[in-house]
Amino acid sequence: MTTSSLATTSRAEQGRSGRRRERLTVLAGYTFALVALFGVAPLVLSDFRLRLLAQFLCLAMVAVGIGLAWGRGGMLTLGQGVFFGLGAYIMAIHLQLSDAGPGGRPSFMVTGSGLPWWWELFRNPIAAVLGIVLVPSLAALVLGLAVFRRRVKGAYFAILSQAVAAAFALLLVSQQGTIGGSNGLSNFRQFFGFALNDPVNRRMLFFIAAGTLVAMVAIVHQLMRSRYGELLTAVRDGEERVRFLGYDPALVKVVAYVIAAAFAGIAGALFVPIVGIISPRNVGVVPSIGFIIGVAVGGRATLFGPVLGSLAVSYAGSTLSASFESIWVYLQGFLFIVVVAFLPGGIASVWGLLRRRTAGGTDSGPGDPPPPPVVDPGSDGAPMLADARPDPVKVGEER
Amino acid sequence: MREDYLEIRSLRVVFDGFVAVDDVDLTVLQGDLRFLIGPNGAGKTTLVDAITGLTPATGSARFDGVEMIGKKVHQIARAGIGRTFQTASVFEELTVLQNLDIAAGALRKPLSLLRARRSVPESVEAAMETTGLTRLRDRLAGELAHGQKQWLEIGMLLVQNAKVLLLDEPVAGMSGEERELTGQLLQTVGRDHVVVVVEHDMEFLRAYADSVTVLAAGKVLAHGTYAEVQADPKVQEVYLGPSSDHVPEDAVQATGGGG
Repeated sequence: MTTSSLATTSRAEQGRSGRRRERLTVLAGYTFALVALFGVAPLVLSDFRLRLLAQFLCLAMVAVGIGLAWGRGGMLTLGQGVFFGLGAYIMAIHLQLSDAGPGGRPSFMVTGSGLPWWWELFRNPIAAVLGIVLVPSLAALVLGLAVFRRRVKGAYFAILSQAVAAAFALLLVSQQGTIGGSNGLSNFRQFFGFALNDPVNRRMLFFIAAGTLVAMVAIVHQLMRSRYGELLTAVRDGEERVRFLGYDPALVKVVAYVIAAAFAGIAGALFVPIVGIISPRNVGVVPSIGFIIGVAVGGRATLFGPVLGSLAVSYAGSTLSASFESIWVYLQGFLFIVVVAFLPGGIASVWGLLRRRTAGGTDSGPGDPPPPPVVDPGSDGAPMLADARPDPVKVGEER
Repeated sequence: MREDYLEIRSLRVVFDGFVAVDDVDLTVLQGDLRFLIGPNGAGKTTLVDAITGLTPATGSARFDGVEMIGKKVHQIARAGIGRTFQTASVFEELTVLQNLDIAAGALRKPLSLLRARRSVPESVEAAMETTGLTRLRDRLAGELAHGQKQWLEIGMLLVQNAKVLLLDEPVAGMSGEERELTGQLLQTVGRDHVVVVVEHDMEFLRAYADSVTVLAAGKVLAHGTYAEVQADPKVQEVYLGPSSDHVPEDAVQATGGGG
């Protein structure tokens, strides 16, 4: 900093104060989340509502991963349902086996010639937990390396990931005898030895989901601050250039993709005991797009945007679909189009736009023309949270 | 100090039967600021693409005993060959400092990337000093002036630890003052790097080139100092057509500056 001159001092100060404000925002966000999730929600919400919120928290976990892969890494992944489903089905298989007891078989398998060998893999609780994290991660690693090495990106990657989700759902439906086909797996009685119909245990499940979500946000936060996060943004904005700097962009992207997949797998695994059923309907193309909508609405490149957007969309969906079931689907699609076309930074960017407008109003005298759209000083230096400026070109590419 | 050099032998690039680069031999020494000129379609950028792995080629391009032809882009970059593009391609959403830090980091251990940057690496400080960008370190690269973006790109090559710099029209679109600063920057950098500049601007060439190689139709047509090349009748022919027998200096500038 010894060489910084007078001309740039004010700018540097602006950058510092912006960073301080940013730190305060993040701190306030974590505090609010912890108080709301561990203090307020369990006190004021009925058991039914708490269970619904826990379900929304699971969907928000998927959104956190998408925020990293899409918002930071530019990978519009329309197939997170695959990884969600892998985690969910592994958990469901484990719960069915532990309900059935040693050597037993799940109740829905009335006929047939015994358990498929891969069911046995997840009978052991440790193996099941490992599988929930590792199977989606490995699937993402193999798929990601194959796709990114061939430099498939943008809309092609989005279509490909969606096709994988469609194929995965079809595969599940076809497996009537081994994983319940289109009915899926349901009627779980206990979760690692705890009875699922006990309200205390259900409350515990909510806390597990809440803690997991906060931990995931903290992980993504650290990644965004790190050198890796800067590199990921660089790959998003100039993949070729990164290659000429001596990096392999495929490896940079696959890391974010694998983390997003692991998050989705864990989310699916927690979804199963909380909701009590997993079926191909929860993992196909439509739910995969549903994950994306929340992220887009909340602000894909921000830290809290994906979580808040996902929770808001889940809540709106459960409220509206109760009264106007068919309208909600159209509304959801409409919302997505509006956000992508007119508000690429999501709701999170509205805050910045408004602040810029009001700041201009106080700085300049009454009757003055509005100030030129200068770049928000808050985003100078460390575009970690405030990085939600509209970017129509990029969205156009990805659509 | 050891003298480094880039050695190109029998380099050929063929696109669907069209020979874009035809048996080019070229040796560039460290401290010899080399300019590569030629009419449009002479194969200048294709030659750079071939050396940096963007275009498949046959023949040989060796630096420091390492063969580059057949390697992947990022491997070539790690072997010490850096390049810029005709359009500045910096990471506009990141600051000057972040751009340079990324350029400096290709050999960092993967796990160390998971931590935030604690201090500015020495090489990054030095590159900001050399390119005059120290005061702009916290500015987003997208907000820089055109010339400053090009300097940032050159700075990124320096911290990337590139020993060979291949610059594709670095002064295109620059103002007079920016050209002068760029020329001085290239002379400074050229003292301890192998530098090849693809350029159309004859004024710039005359002011800063130590030596000039002329390409035409994928072949090396002439090689020497600016004055030698300018006096070469073969060079005058490709720039002005076969009928002219006398070429004034200004005519070369006028035709060459267009592309």
